[in-house]
Amino acid sequence: MVYRKLFGVPAWRIRSPFEELERMRNRMDRLIDGFSRGSFETSSAGVYPLINLTEDKENYYVYAELPGVKPEALDIEATANNISISGERKIPPEDEGAKYHRKEREAGHFSRIIQMPGDINPETVDASLTNGILSVKVPKAATEKPKKIVIQGE
Amino acid sequence: MTSAENQELTVRDKTALNQSAEQTRDGAVFTPDVDIFETEREITLLADLPGVKAENLGINLRDDVLTIAGETEDLRKEGQVGIIAEYESGKYYRQFTLSESIDQAKIDAKLNDGVLRLTLPKVAKAAPRRITVKTG
Repeated sequence: MVYRKLFGVPAWRIRSPFEELERMRNRMDRLIDGFSRGSFETSSAGVYPLINLTEDKENYYVYAELPGVKPEALDIEATANNISISGERKIPPEDEGAKYHRKEREAGHFSRIIQMPGDINPETVDASLTNGILSVKVPKAATEKPKKIVIQGE
Repeated sequence: MTSAENQELTVRDKTALNQSAEQTRDGAVFTPDVDIFETEREITLLADLPGVKAENLGINLRDDVLTIAGETEDLRKEGQVGIIAEYESGKYYRQFTLSESIDQAKIDAKLNDGVLRLTLPKVAKAAPRRITVKTG
C-alpha cells in the first residue's frame, strides 16, 4: 500500500471458513423464506437490471433498482406482451488528483426484455424513477382482466 | 474511463450483511456498494442506496467510525401478488473507520437518484506561523 490506510477493514469482511458457512446458511434461510411466502420465482434471468414483477387485477408492476441512472438515460419500450428496459449507468469521473480506497460501483450499458405473463395494453404503460428505483405500471389488455359475471336471479 | 463506457453491466448479487447482533426488526440487511476516494482536502464517499429516501437515511460519525444506515419501503401496494422476485429489498448498513481527522461541521451529504454523495472535509492543518522576534 502506497497510500496511508484510512479505512479499516470492516469486521464482516474478514473471511474465515465459518464466516463463509454463516453466509451460506443465511442465503439458504432467505431462499426458504421466499418459498414459504408465496409462489415466488426466485431464479434470476441473470440480466441487469434485476426485476421484481407483481400483478393485481388491472396491472402488472415491474420494479428494478437503478441507482444513479437518470431518467433521460433510460429507455423503456412496450409491445403487445413484453417490456424492454435499456439504458446506461454513468459514473462521472472525479478530480484527477483523487486517490481511490474502494471502487465497487460499476458503470455501463444495460438492455433487458421482460416477457409479461399475459397480453398488455402498450399504449398506457406508465414509468417512474424515484430514489433510484424504476417502477413501471403495465395495464393488462382487456382480455386478460377478470370479468365479473353477473348471476341473474329470476 | 473509456473501457467503462462501453462496458455491459452484469448482474451482481447484493451482499447480505452478517449480523453479529440480534436485530429488533425482521428483514434482510445489505451492505451498499461504495466508491471512496480522497483528495488533499477531503474524502468523498459514494454509496448506492436505491429506494432510500433522505429522511430514512442515517449518517453518523462517532469516534472515527462512520456509520451509514438506510431503510427502504415496500413499494408493493395492497392487493399486488408477486410473480417474479429477482432481488430483495431491505435495509442498508455499513461502517467505516476513518483514521483522518474530519471537520465534522463541514460534512455534506447529498442523495440523488438513489446515490449518496458524502463529502468529509479533512481538518485544515494549522498553517505554520512565523513569529518575528522583536528586538528592544
